[in-house]
Amino acid sequence: MQRLNQPKYIIIFSVIVCLVCSIFVSATNVSLRDRQEVNEVLDMQKNVLQAAGVMQPGQAMTADEIAAAFENVKAVVIDVKTGKPLPDVDPATYDQAKAAKDPDLSFAVDKNPSLISRVPNQAKVYEVRDAGGKVEMVVLPIEGYGLWGTLYGFLAIDGDINTIKGITYYKHKETPGLGGEVDNPNWKALWPGRRLYDGSGEIAIEVIKGLAGPVDQAPHKVDGLSGATITARGVTNMLHFWLGENGFGPYLENLRTNGGQA
Amino acid sequence: MADSKRDVLLDPLFNNNPIALQVLGICSALAVSTKLETSAVMCGAVLFVLLGSNIAVSLIRNHIPPSVRIIVQLTVIASLVIIADQFLKAFLYDTSKQLSVFVGLIITNCIIMGRAEAYAMQNGVGMSLYDAVGNAAGYSLILMGTAFLRELFGSGKLFGASVLPLVTEGGWYNPNGLMVLSPGAFFIIGIFIWMIRVFKPDQVEEEG
Repeated sequence: MQRLNQPKYIIIFSVIVCLVCSIFVSATNVSLRDRQEVNEVLDMQKNVLQAAGVMQPGQAMTADEIAAAFENVKAVVIDVKTGKPLPDVDPATYDQAKAAKDPDLSFAVDKNPSLISRVPNQAKVYEVRDAGGKVEMVVLPIEGYGLWGTLYGFLAIDGDINTIKGITYYKHKETPGLGGEVDNPNWKALWPGRRLYDGSGEIAIEVIKGLAGPVDQAPHKVDGLSGATITARGVTNMLHFWLGENGFGPYLENLRTNGGQA
Repeated sequence: MADSKRDVLLDPLFNNNPIALQVLGICSALAVSTKLETSAVMCGAVLFVLLGSNIAVSLIRNHIPPSVRIIVQLTVIASLVIIADQFLKAFLYDTSKQLSVFVGLIITNCIIMGRAEAYAMQNGVGMSLYDAVGNAAGYSLILMGTAFLRELFGSGKLFGASVLPLVTEGGWYNPNGLMVLSPGAFFIIGIFIWMIRVFKPDQVEEEG
């Protein structure tokens, strides 16, 4: 057993173990990477479709079905401050989450209840247009602080830039059964048809405590989730932030006035 | 170490269960056992890593320098865990998203390192293989049992299919919130340990 204790042997042995292990790890990584990337894209598309109400939560859709449903959804990268589309930026490779952390690619915003400190200069949105190029629906990424952490989701808005088509959260840390009910299909079903803006054009959408009633009676209010006041407030806050001037306000304004053209 | 294959395979189920007697691997058992689906995937991943590490460590056991043996074991285990994680991301994306860091944390799961150090370092490949299957089964037994109770009483579902219709969805069952939170698993695993010790009094530690 003397040989096992010689420094030379130990070093050679360690190097061989590391080499063999790293070969296995890199081989798996390289051979599976394409599949993983496809999964990630599909997952994002699934979330967009859920917000848009095309796909029901819990509904299983095959990759082909998702691709088909996504055919007329177009990802567009926009300039947040001007609200104009940036046709030169490829949405497939633009990493918004990364840009939001990079001081060169994002701008700081004032203290806000959603605890968003930086907004990326460019944002990826999804547009559905009819044959004539008129906007039928836009899906915006939203995020903001709830009770335990940041909630990430999508908000789908109708072509009138006022009526909500749907909302979905794909990542959050809220308490299961309380704030976690933002996932609940029954709660999400309360959103479609409600209006974002009141008669004077102010952002009025709000999650209230208790029951809001049907859409025609309370067009700007959504039922709260019992036991989840802070999560509900977080949802309201993030909608106000992202619809506001530091969020997608300019983009939505541009859509309203000239159909979102550059 | 003259145990029969049968003993090596079946002992970890009740007599020497890694979770219930040795109280190892509790971290992941608490975190992923809210649903049967995630638990099943987790058990599969643990089985894969445990099998791989026991076989690999047992194969090279006579060549591992004693001074670096723990690091060598850890390198092997970590590589296997990354491979398992990559496969989950490629083929079971949704479940792997729910498991998030806990697949990665298999590296620190004491069961795996414990078996490599305590068994595979001293025994042949064949027996180490049985040992891996046995211990993975012991882990899975507790995990799936816990997940069964937690998913049923915490969300009224089994494998995602509604069994007890929830009040929030128009049914009659008011879900037990404790079950979906980690402490719920503590109670259930505690009760499991208690039950096993009622039938196997020799597992009860002497009071000091």
